Amino acid sequence: MSQSTLTIKDLHVAIDGKEILKGVNLEIKGGEFHAIMGPNGTGKSTLSSAIMGHPKYEVTQGTITLDGEDVLEMEVDERARAGLFLAMQYPSEITGVTNAEFLRSAVNARREEGDEISLMKFIRQMDGNMDLLEMDQDMAQRYLNEGFSGGEKKRNEILQLMTIEPKIAILDEIDSGLDIDALKVVSKGINKMRGEDFGCLMITHYQRLLNYITPDHVHVMMQGKIVKSGGAELAERLEAEGYDWIKQELGIEDETVQ
Amino acid sequence: MTETKWSVDESLIRDFSTANNEPEWLLNVRLDAFKKAEDLPLPKPDKTKIDKWNFTEFGAHNVQSAPFNALSALPEAAQAVIGEENDTQNVYVQRNNTPSILKLSDELKEAGVIFTDFATAAKEHSDLFQKYFMQQVVKADEHKLTALHAALVNGGIFLYVPKNVEIKEPVQAVFIHDDAQAALFNHVIVAAEANSSVTYVENYISTVKTEQGVANIVTEVIAGDNAQISYGAVDTLTENVTTYVNRRGITAPNARIEWSLGIMNDGNTVSENVTNLIGDGSYADTKMVVVGRGKQSMNFTTKVVHFGKHTEGYILKHGVMKDEAKSIFNGIGKIEHGASKSNAEQESRVLMLSEKARGDANPILLIDEDDVTAGHAASVGRVDPLQLYYLMSRGISQQEAERLVIHGFLAPVVNKLPIENVKKQLTGVIERKVRQ
Repeated sequence: MSQSTLTIKDLHVAIDGKEILKGVNLEIKGGEFHAIMGPNGTGKSTLSSAIMGHPKYEVTQGTITLDGEDVLEMEVDERARAGLFLAMQYPSEITGVTNAEFLRSAVNARREEGDEISLMKFIRQMDGNMDLLEMDQDMAQRYLNEGFSGGEKKRNEILQLMTIEPKIAILDEIDSGLDIDALKVVSKGINKMRGEDFGCLMITHYQRLLNYITPDHVHVMMQGKIVKSGGAELAERLEAEGYDWIKQELGIEDETVQ
Repeated sequence: MTETKWSVDESLIRDFSTANNEPEWLLNVRLDAFKKAEDLPLPKPDKTKIDKWNFTEFGAHNVQSAPFNALSALPEAAQAVIGEENDTQNVYVQRNNTPSILKLSDELKEAGVIFTDFATAAKEHSDLFQKYFMQQVVKADEHKLTALHAALVNGGIFLYVPKNVEIKEPVQAVFIHDDAQAALFNHVIVAAEANSSVTYVENYISTVKTEQGVANIVTEVIAGDNAQISYGAVDTLTENVTTYVNRRGITAPNARIEWSLGIMNDGNTVSENVTNLIGDGSYADTKMVVVGRGKQSMNFTTKVVHFGKHTEGYILKHGVMKDEAKSIFNGIGKIEHGASKSNAEQESRVLMLSEKARGDANPILLIDEDDVTAGHAASVGRVDPLQLYYLMSRGISQQEAERLVIHGFLAPVVNKLPIENVKKQLTGVIERKVRQ
């Protein structure tokens, strides 16, 4: 496998006719960890949903490409098979479908018919990943996300990430609702993915996550655009000083999308 | 009802009865019912109009089919439900209207178990059969379709379990529909005497398409004192076959009837499943799953009537409607005056997969006694687009995502089915019906 590149150019996205993203530019390469930070209501989650193809979000302008392929032309499942992954902030619950059954379908969706993963191999792999994420083995046989606690859902998202091994992953507030121990476990899973073939975009309010997963690039989002980019030190300054200095610097009064 | 077109007349009924050497009482039941069928009204399933449905026109009342000479000669779908041939198997195979294979183990024969096709039962066990046939459970003159059934019955099975006999392996009946001309008027009687127990599983399998066909099926289940009957059915009749299927049971004191029904026909279907809990302390449980697709319309009435004290009735139904399929789920728990300490519970859920699919669930509790408990739950909804988005975001195709959601929706019923064979079959049938 070679390094992948996700390129977002001048992206404008609307929901229910209201424009939320107003020209986002971003490039993520294999091997890189990016973090997008910013206060609530600035469009961070909209960006992740638009990349994955959430049915409610409409791209009104701009492009998203993965290794030159037009992502916006692809259906959601095609985007995933092309190598994109989104760890969702609010994963759906699906009754009657076990976690293991779902994961195996996801793995086999990437394989040719007749070349499905053997059950033994799949179970071995899943057990290993669940151990690393300190998940109870019975979670494999529970219905997908049904009755999972907030922390269990987040771990389960990372379990999927580790199983699927995408080229580029977007983690939407993977740290929200996690206590410090759970955050460490989740971070361990994410860090295990590090490598030349894996690029990652973390979306977060808090610098806390970045104590465990050091980003190469940090971007600040306000008013539906990336307004400032820098290295890991930018996140540290935000942690220490908050967002006001950026607003002052850029002459922004209200950072939310209008 | 003068416009009703008939594919049969009285002389055909006489000839058919003679050809089968039927006892006179049966011919009389037929002729009497045929006269009444003309004037009796159609049943009125709640919220589905069936007066334009075809219940009376079909290719032929009696088609002669070559019998299969061994289980291994059966169509694949039938072999799959029967499994490998072995010595302890108790199985009946009917090809269209022709009894084809009948196996009953020596052990059960010696115990006095009767398991035989309709014509043989009427001929060789006339007195016993007459006691049950449309006498205690379903009556010929209830409406036009029961009358037509009594007049035209041309197949089915009689299963009689004597006192204290417990049959461990399921008894199976497979009805194969592979002649486009065939009309199925099958009658099934399962009678279990005191302290006996039996599991019976039937399959309807179409391997042929037809322009216009009719299935009019009546089942009578009679559970004696403390008897246990587990009744499973998986119906997969083809489109353009209009199906009326009435499966009804009655219980003596402390008897139990469990129904495991998978109604997967592709044509219009009226299904009526009733248990009359007559004896004190008796019990009924109906679990049913349904998948509708294409333009079919279906109506399901599931009813438990409590007459005895301390009776319990449970209904659990889940259905999925695809394409432009329509279905009505009527659930009725009725507690008669005097049936104190009884409990009536029901749950019906319908999931619609497309804009044009329609579903409706009507939970009804009719209670004429104070000292009882009862409850119902019902829901009708469309598939959640965010669930599909979530599954697809992992690379799963839309079709596969829908399959998972459907499978998941039906699993809470399928997983609880008491008959392992039916559980296994249904998983496969659901899969096939969902995929196409």
